[in-house]
Amino acid sequence: MELTGAEIIIQSLKAEGVEHVFGYPGGAVLHIYDAFYKQDDVQHILVRHEQGATHAADGYARATGKPGVVLVTSGPGATNAVTGIATAYMDSIPMVVITGQVPKHLIGNDAFQEVDSVGITRPVVKHNFLIGDVKDIATVFKKAFYVATTGRPGPVVIDIPKDITAAKYEFHYPSEIKMRSYHPTVKGHIGQIKRATELILSAERPMIYTGGGVILSNASEQLTSFAQKLGYPITNTLMGLGAYPANDKQFLGMLGMHGTYEANMGMHHCDVLIAIGARFDDRVTGNLEKFCPDAKIVHIDVDPASISKNVRVDIPIVGEVSQVLDDFLKVLDSGKKEPNVSALEKWWAQIEEWRSQDCLKYDRASELVKPQYVIEQLHEITKGDAFVTSDVGQHQMWAAQYYGFNKPRRWINSGGLGTMGFGLPAAIGVQLAYPDETVVCITGEASIQMCIQELSTCKQYGLPVKIICLNNGYMGMVRQWQEFFYEKRYAMSYFDALPDFVALTESYGHKGIQIANPADVRGALEEALGRKDELVFMDFLTDRTENVYPMIPAGAGLNEMILV
Amino acid sequence: MRHIISILLENESGALSRVAGLFSARAYNIESLSVAPTDDPSLSRMTIVTTGTDEIIEQISKQLNKLVDVVKLIDMTADVHIERELMLIKVSATDGERDEVKRLVDIFNGRVIDVTDTTYTIEITGNGEKLNAFMEALSSITIVEVVRSGLIGIGRGEKSSLS
Repeated sequence: MELTGAEIIIQSLKAEGVEHVFGYPGGAVLHIYDAFYKQDDVQHILVRHEQGATHAADGYARATGKPGVVLVTSGPGATNAVTGIATAYMDSIPMVVITGQVPKHLIGNDAFQEVDSVGITRPVVKHNFLIGDVKDIATVFKKAFYVATTGRPGPVVIDIPKDITAAKYEFHYPSEIKMRSYHPTVKGHIGQIKRATELILSAERPMIYTGGGVILSNASEQLTSFAQKLGYPITNTLMGLGAYPANDKQFLGMLGMHGTYEANMGMHHCDVLIAIGARFDDRVTGNLEKFCPDAKIVHIDVDPASISKNVRVDIPIVGEVSQVLDDFLKVLDSGKKEPNVSALEKWWAQIEEWRSQDCLKYDRASELVKPQYVIEQLHEITKGDAFVTSDVGQHQMWAAQYYGFNKPRRWINSGGLGTMGFGLPAAIGVQLAYPDETVVCITGEASIQMCIQELSTCKQYGLPVKIICLNNGYMGMVRQWQEFFYEKRYAMSYFDALPDFVALTESYGHKGIQIANPADVRGALEEALGRKDELVFMDFLTDRTENVYPMIPAGAGLNEMILV
Repeated sequence: MRHIISILLENESGALSRVAGLFSARAYNIESLSVAPTDDPSLSRMTIVTTGTDEIIEQISKQLNKLVDVVKLIDMTADVHIERELMLIKVSATDGERDEVKRLVDIFNGRVIDVTDTTYTIEITGNGEKLNAFMEALSSITIVEVVRSGLIGIGRGEKSSLS
């Protein structure tokens, strides 16, 4: 039986096991929306802005490991989606974004709501397609999902002219796809793995440094066995938090610009660095010339282009992190060599000395609500087991430093692109995937306003997200940099016209509360988290001038931290 | 150092812009770029001449290989190879100049392919250095216009870059 292009799209999504599509209708996608209307297999979630759709799909993908799917119209629909596509691209999140396009005969004519979506998205996608024929829809969808989810994952855009969604063709979804130009490496080179094992076991001051790749590859279990078998200290990047349980004593916390003193000093002084699914981002390495001066480096990554991009490595291993770690565990088990216990003892004594600096201490006796305290209390109440999304800025760093993630895919934030406005829509995606779990969005009064319209989406679908707004009345991270590096000239970092967040939330039909006193923090969190069926917006009026410590100033080495 | 990177690319719309976009987005140099379909109409051959340190060239190769449309990539400079470039050059050729220009064209194995009362248009192939040397040799002659194809290359011997 022949189906319309629009129906083929729905059937293709069904064949891929897609449950939710996040989108917003418009002229060029009306045939597709009509096809949505006539079926119940794939649920469409209506957001309030296309950026929200992409972040929601992204949050869904980060929490579940399944690709997020977005549907937007041509022109402004597509351009509004670009920020969310770029956000997913920078953090290697699998996503398929369907953009409507003007009918084929109008392409290039400056038609109404026409934009070159393939051109605009090209630098921020793993790949993109412009479909030219109804016959190609099913194959392109198969390819899109395959490319998005394999190798180093990433967003894929499919641009579909309107006339093609009305044309008819027999539906046949390919069960397999081969692309002669796309072969991601899966297995690591066993010779390299053996060489690396030799080096790793000969280490006197080892460090394991892992990133988002471990989470993306679902390799958290293997990583935990690997680290515990060796007894080596381990640090996670911002994107890698949760890959190793934060409550384990081998865990040194996050590294990098706002990482812990022990993690950064450990990095600086190590003699063998084992980098796993991490890409030596500038926020992690600080000054490259001063980075790990004494270390031989092993680097495991699925993307060959990530290897030796910023830092020369001694033993590169290209492959899927989970498979490479499986092989490492086998090699470790079959060999006779053991870690150097006496050297490790000395190394751990040094690390404990750094740890005793207690670099995350803050003024617990303050009469003001300390943002760190709010996060610590949230951790205690939720036992480190909530899904936590965040926006970008100081609150994001505090969440990363103080929440303590024990499981992967619980910490959902925009690490690479640093997109303000990410947190609330991302929480929508997570809550839809896990309707019975606690989903918390940690945000600030600046970030939340960038996608606050999605409160309306939460109402429509009854999503009981808990929003913790650390409201200091400043764009906190900007203010902090202005305090440190611009002689306190607070240019444009202060809002003197903030909304009444409680009233605003209530106007959207949710519950809002404001907390100004440290003594009320715990009770407010307990009350809010207890309201299982309701979205609660907690407006915490926090210490306005609190800064994120410790900190490595731009251009400094990891051993040159500013402590409190 | 200068490298000649030869790419087999899916002959699809947008493939060229993916390559060109990669070079501009990552601030890599392109000295020349030439592209045309191969004997297999579904594949294009693109030849890029670029310069950079070994680290940059390594990144360029890896990033290009990551593009989904790139089927195969070879750094020609890593092996023995033949390079050629085509230049069409229009020069002033008035009565007093015609003999001198014709002599130079012969020395450089070029051909005069169009003649007017005052100009010659010359076709000449070779590696980039030869074409530059020809233009230098024309020092006393006015060059009206130069059109160069950009470099292409092929490996020496029996091996094909397709295999």
